[in-house]
Amino acid sequence: MLMRPYLDWMSPWREMERLRREMNRLFSDWPWRTTRWATAPSYPAMNVWMDENGVILTAELPGVKLEDIDISIEEDTLTLRGERRPDEQEGVTYHRRERRFGSFLRTFRLPFRVDAEQVEATFKNGVLNIVLPRAEEDKPKKITVKAG
Amino acid sequence: MAEDTALQVQDAEKREVAEAGAERTRDRLAFVPRADVYETEEAIVVVADMPGVDAESVDITLEDNVLTINGYVEPEPPEGYNLVYAEYRVGDYLRAFRLSDQIDRDGIEATVKDGVLRLYLPKVAEAKTRKITVKTG
Repeated sequence: MLMRPYLDWMSPWREMERLRREMNRLFSDWPWRTTRWATAPSYPAMNVWMDENGVILTAELPGVKLEDIDISIEEDTLTLRGERRPDEQEGVTYHRRERRFGSFLRTFRLPFRVDAEQVEATFKNGVLNIVLPRAEEDKPKKITVKAG
Repeated sequence: MAEDTALQVQDAEKREVAEAGAERTRDRLAFVPRADVYETEEAIVVVADMPGVDAESVDITLEDNVLTINGYVEPEPPEGYNLVYAEYRVGDYLRAFRLSDQIDRDGIEATVKDGVLRLYLPKVAEAKTRKITVKTG
């Protein structure tokens, strides 16, 4: 049955489930007064800004080239993938090596569906900003109550 | 076959500056930027990760033999949005290195690109390696 691997403690969906629960909790907690702090489940660490019309995700990706960043959206899931490449130096002696390099992949389940056409991402000074407006169909509809 | 290593979240964790001695005047959070330091024949190169910093917001001073790097980040919270979930904090960067006398201070060059500072510290002529000939006899 499909549910078993989904809820299994080792399943790859565990992170997504956890994030989805977190996001649902956050979203239902209007108006948002406190920031929920968490440890990132994988690289890169991301921050989430929200208002009722959309979400802004930010991530610090210093030294990553624009062409090495890949963002894709599917319904309510955002996938950020890329690679931080070292500028390999030949024949040098390292005194210190603190910066790490490699590939990264992060998925985020948003609290609402997003219009992929309206998504805007900017990358400035090593900081990635992704603006995700809520899809029109997903906005709550106001229902007028008629007196009668 | 090369292994595809994935970055771990600890690989980019930011370490706060432990203030000892004189405090900073700014009340902002400060982190120690991760840095690679390597040496070539000609120079010592320092490469530091400081996301959010550009050429204008970095301050490099050299006093006595201490090279101090200050990176200032103005947090730009998006208008009208609330920070609901955070995995990292935003703050300034501060790191100091003690240099040897073998650096040619006038030749120091710094560039900032995509939040990475590259400091090029050329060695004084005499400090470059000289081949030492071993004489017999």
